Parts: sequence; C-alpha cells; structure tokens
Amino acid sequence: MADEKLLPMSEGLVAFITEWKKKPGNLIMVLHKVQEEYGYIAGEVAIEVSRMLEVPLAKIYGVATFYHLFTLKKPGKNKIAVCMGTACYLKGAQDLLDELDTILSCKAGEKTADDMFSVAGVRCIGCCGLAPVMTINGKVFGNVKREQLPDLLAPFQNAK
Amino acid sequence: MAMVNCLIDGIKVEVAEGTSILNAAKLANVKVPTLCYHPDLTPWAACGICVVKMAGSPKMIRACATPAEEGRNYITQDAELTKTRTTVLEMILADHPDDCLTCGRSGNCELQTIASDFGIREQPFEKNAPRMPKDESTTSIVLNPEKCIKCGRCAIVCQDLQGVYALEFIGRGEHTQLKPAADVLLEDSPCIKCGQCSAHCPVGAIYEKDETKQAIRALANPDLHVVVQMAPAVRVAIGEAFGVEPGTILTGQIYAAMRRLGFDKVFDTNFAADLTIMEEGTEFIHRFTEAKDQLPLITSCCPAWVDYMEKYANDLIPNFSTCKSPMQMEGAMIKTYYAEKMGIDPKTIYSVAIMPCTAKKFEIGSCSDMSSAIGEAQDTDLVLTTRELARMIKQAGIDFVNLPEEEVDPLLGTYAGAATIFGVTGGVMEAALRTAVTVMTGEKLPKVEFEATRGMDGVKTAKLNVKGTEVNIAIAHGMVNIETVLNEVREAKKNGTKTPYDFIEVMACRGGCIGGGGQPTGATDEVRAKRTAGIYNDDEKSVIRCSHDNPDVQAAYKDFLGEPNSHKAHELLHREYIKRPVYNK
Ligand code: SF4
Ligand code: SF4
Ligand code: SF4
Ligand code: FES
Repeated sequence: MADEKLLPMSEGLVAFITEWKKKPGNLIMVLHKVQEEYGYIAGEVAIEVSRMLEVPLAKIYGVATFYHLFTLKKPGKNKIAVCMGTACYLKGAQDLLDELDTILSCKAGEKTADDMFSVAGVRCIGCCGLAPVMTINGKVFGNVKREQLPDLLAPFQNAK
Repeated sequence: MAMVNCLIDGIKVEVAEGTSILNAAKLANVKVPTLCYHPDLTPWAACGICVVKMAGSPKMIRACATPAEEGRNYITQDAELTKTRTTVLEMILADHPDDCLTCGRSGNCELQTIASDFGIREQPFEKNAPRMPKDESTTSIVLNPEKCIKCGRCAIVCQDLQGVYALEFIGRGEHTQLKPAADVLLEDSPCIKCGQCSAHCPVGAIYEKDETKQAIRALANPDLHVVVQMAPAVRVAIGEAFGVEPGTILTGQIYAAMRRLGFDKVFDTNFAADLTIMEEGTEFIHRFTEAKDQLPLITSCCPAWVDYMEKYANDLIPNFSTCKSPMQMEGAMIKTYYAEKMGIDPKTIYSVAIMPCTAKKFEIGSCSDMSSAIGEAQDTDLVLTTRELARMIKQAGIDFVNLPEEEVDPLLGTYAGAATIFGVTGGVMEAALRTAVTVMTGEKLPKVEFEATRGMDGVKTAKLNVKGTEVNIAIAHGMVNIETVLNEVREAKKNGTKTPYDFIEVMACRGGCIGGGGQPTGATDEVRAKRTAGIYNDDEKSVIRCSHDNPDVQAAYKDFLGEPNSHKAHELLHREYIKRPVYNK
C-alpha cells in the first residue's frame, strides 16, 4: 500500500455518509457511493467508512466481497467489460476473454501489469441483439469478433 | 408460557412456543442430523442437512430454524428425506479433502460422524478440494481453509458471542472463505485468540496450535528439569476426552498421569490463584479505601480479555488490575522461589502449563513482563491445552481414568477452594471477596459462598453490604457482554459521577474457563453446567476455603515475597499494559 497515495474523502462523500449514518441498509448505499467515486473500494476508505458508520471492518469486507457490484482492487486506467449473459456467451464471449488474455496477458477480474487495462466478465448488460457485446470505459461495442480486438484496443493503448 | 402441541412422526410432544422442530424432535427421541446448527447460536440454516417434512406436504423445511407449530405432524425420516440429506452430504464431501487420517478432529468430527452414520461409501460428485495455505500466524490457533465446510459457526461465535469480528464470510459462492477482512492474517486482525471458533467448528478447519511435540522433546532432554502446572478448569473437563461424564473431578489422576509422562515436578496453577487473590485483594482494598478515583478495579487473569482491552478498551488501562494471571504468577515463582529453594539453576527449568485456553499460548510471549524471572527467557515455556494433554496421555497408552490418584508436589501446589472456582464465571470475584471482606471486616466469614456471583447470566451485578459499606460488583463472561458494563463505567467517568461498580470480573469465554477454547470439544450449556458443578464440588470438599488460609501461600510470603504488593511481588507478579491497534496495519 506504500506507493498508493492516501485517498482523501470528498466533502460530498463525507456528507453522504453522515446523512446515511442512522438509516437502515446504509452500508450498501455508502459502499455504492464509494465505488462510484473511486471506481473501487480502497482499504483506507473502508477503514474510514467503518469508523464513521461504527460498523466492524469485517462486516464491510463481507458485504463488499459478496456483491458483484463492488471491487476491492484499483481498476486499470481503461475498463473493459465483456458481457457474459446467455446470448453473448453463446455467441462467443468466452473467446473474447481468451483473446484479450492473449493480447493483454490479462484474465477476467484482473488488470494488466502496466495498469492500462482491467478486464471483467459481467452479467447481461441488456444489449442481447448486439451479442457478443463488450464495453470499453462504458462505450458499447456490438457484434465483436476476436480478430477486431487489436483494432478496438489500439486507441486506448496509445492514449496516455 | 404458551405451549405448542405437535406430532413428531406421530408421537405427541408438547413444547414451549418458539421451540424449533429440531428440539421438539429430541423429546420424541429423534436426533435430526445437523451441521451448521449449534445450540449456543441463533440458527441461520446454512447447510440444509436437517430437512424434515410436514405430513401431507412435499415441501422440505429446515428443522433447526423452523419453530414447531400447533397441531402439525412432522415427518423426520423417510426415503426421500434420507436421499436429500445424503445428497447434501455428498456435495459437502465433494469439496472436502479426504485426509481424515491426519486430521486433528479425526474421531470427533461432526462431518465424519454423519458421513459414517449415513454409510457413505462412494463420492458421486466431481472432487473439488483445492490445496490452500493455512493461516498459522498466531501462536494460538490454526485456520485450515481446505477443511472448512462454510457452516459459519466460527464467524457467528466470533461476532455474536465474542463481539470481536475477527472472522467474516469473505467472498461469495464456492469461493467463500471464513477469514479476517482486508486480506490480513489472524495475527494482524482483531482476533483475541480465545479459541471459541475452534471449540465450535464442527470439523478440523480451526484448531489449537499443537505443541505436544515440543513437550515430548523437552521431557526427553536429560538436561532439562521439566515442571508442569495445571489450571483449575482442566480437572473437570479432561475426562470428556476419555468418555467420562463432564464435571468429573480427575485432579489426582491428572497428577499421576503427568508423573508417568515424565514431568519432574507437578504443581498446580490453583496455588497461584490463591496468590493472585492475595495480590489482587490487597490491590482492591487499597483502591477501595484509599484511592477511590482508581475504581473500578477490573480483573486481568484472562489473556483474551487483556488482548481485547488493549485493543478495544484501552481507555480503561488505569482501571486494570496490575496482577498477572495465575499461570504467569506460578511461572515466575517456579523459576525464582522454587529454583532457589531446591538449588536448581533456573535456566535448566522448562516450565509447561496445561490450560483450558488457546489464548494462554499467546499470553506467555505477549510482552516483556512475561519474562520476569531470569533475563529474557519466558517465565512459562510452553502452554498445552486440555485437548493436547489428553492426546499425550492417550499416545503414551496410559489407562487414565483408572489411575490411582496421586498428590500434588508441595511448595507451589496446595490450594484453597477459592482457587479452584477461578475456573468458572464469578469465581475470581467470589474468591477475592472471601479474602477482601475478611480483611476489611477483621472477622471470619460466617458463610464463604457468595451466591450473587454464580450463574450463567452474561452480566451479573450485585450490591454487597460489608459492615455497612456498600460494594458494587459486576461480572461479565462471553466477550460480547462486557461492553454494556464498560459503557456504564465510561458514562460515569465522563459525567464525573460515582462509578457504578467497584470491582469488575471479566472472562472471555461463556461460563468462564470451564468453557474455554482449549477444552474438549462439544461444549454446550448443558456440558458447561456439569463442569461448573464439578468446580463447585471441588471447592466444597476442600478443607481450606479461603486463599489467605493456604499455608503454602503464607509460607511463600514469609520466606520469599514479603508482603502482598511488596516490591518483590511487583517485580514478579505484576505487569503493565500497552495500547494495541485493532488491526495491525
Ligand atoms: S480466537 Fe476468538 S477472537 Fe479469534 S477468531 Fe476465534 S473466536 Fe474470533
Ligand atoms: S472454519 Fe469451521 S466453523 Fe468456520 S465455517 Fe468453516 S467449518 Fe464452519
Ligand atoms: S475465559 Fe479462561 S479459557 Fe477463556 S480465554 Fe479467558 S482465560 Fe482463556
Ligand atoms: S443444521 Fe439446519 S440448516 Fe444446517
């Protein structure tokens, strides 16, 4: 953790936690907000949330590791998500993940050594007509063929 | 109390409203199989092996978590239920390694027993039991995730009974692991090493760190003088490992077995419990009469509680008794007083303690005060739990239960009844009161028993009238129960009002050390009650009931320590505390 900068909590986040402090179900809401703000749930932030909500750290990790929505690791600069819904799966989503691993040396749920990409297999994102579907930084690409991947990735590989 | 009448396989039973089908079935002599359920814990129905049906309905319900309802007829066994239960079992076995032969729980594993009862001879599902690293970071307990069946008992014990939150379900589905948060090992987690998780785990996934080999090696070394001491709670529980009724007092047999195992000197921690009373009683009387601002005095003989306090309640360090635990007092006395008396070089003494407790393994190296007798060397070299001693006795082939009883060695072995009750919740308080009240009133007690300190309520409080002076006491056991008491004390401090309690006793384990994390497995309140009765029996049959009447304790002060709380006593028998972070990171 030494090389990671300490994550300051934004005023908005602090206000949000204070507002939700006494409400039931607050932990999930707060973790959502943290995930939204940082893209993941960092250890230091979890400790801070634990202190503010007076919830044991173990409970926070229990929830954060139970739901798909939350990630505990800092994602890569560019986030690739491959839809693993039934339609996409049948149309070769696994091939796409395999190909991404070949090109980037990065499996689903991991990030590349240079922190440029993280790859995730996600649940159906609701574009079944375009199967197989993947997104890069939220932008949707449909009918993706494995040969197209190098071209799709190229602009992000160069962008600094 | 509202009652419910129902049928279990056609047999009429009447139970209190809210009783589970599982417990109702027991009245009809039916034991529905269970894995995740434990009577100490609120059922959460995780495993699904306890399924039963209602007559006329195909639906399966979990007997452990469903209350019996008026007028129902529950079916607890038929071909379909057996098939379902077998499938549940086979699925658990598919994820479980097959190395029972070398497992610490072989022979008393709940999963092994059920698999045996069900006559499982094949494993139809694909085996998925990956090798995983053990967490051996603490000196007290080992976590072996390979063996974990994810029943969740450990996390629920750790959170709901102990209030520690060291363990939690981390991850989801088949990747779930029971472990500390934030990827830390137990040693860096809030864990207080009480071992209650190990006492509740149905399988061999959490267990005491086995150190019997070290003991055997020391016993085989002709250059070492190996001395042993035994805690109060061991004597009423070890029999269970040999099929004897809980609560049977086997003190004489244990002394005899220890001699046969080759220990050169057999002492008893109970001697030091009497010593603790002299020291702590004096400390209490001093604070109560001359330093009221230092009240309440809080007991410090439970190392899991000390660890908890140093992490979660270190604002109250000034209120802690500076007394070491009886084990550590005995340890310090062995390498000083005893060595001196016998003309033995203390460096050649190897000091072993038999404890009902896994936290004691941690305690002996927990800070520099634990090395007070000779330089840097620990006062106590090794702690074995009751379970480990039982294994050593079995390994040596000793017919334990039928051994002729033997006596303890003199000097650091004799004890009063007050010492033996250290093993139960309220016992330290009662023992301290026997001496403190005698000293404060200057009169012999008409009756040595203090009933208010006894019983299984998580928090017990009482107002005592000591010759017109009010003494307020509180006793907590089961770590989660202490916070309410501490908060009352904190509140009074904040408001500058009089402390609600003068003297507080805390033991981390439910029932006190008789329910310790190193005791034979299978403790329930029923077993705890029997062990407790054994302890009070031991006290009642003692000729000497009060610590200050113990002649060996009197001699130790006269010949060696001087007065209670003397300079020498402080050096050897007292300690300091430090603040520790909840997470070491
Ligand atoms: S030893 Fe006690 S505190 Fe540590 S994990 Fe087990 S139950 Fe929790
Ligand atoms: S470690 Fe033991 S008690 Fe904890 S979940 Fe696994 S099997 Fe159950
Ligand atoms: S109550 Fe006794 S057995 Fe339990 S942790 Fe404390 S000293 Fe050990
Ligand atoms: S024992 Fe009832 S569900 Fe596990």
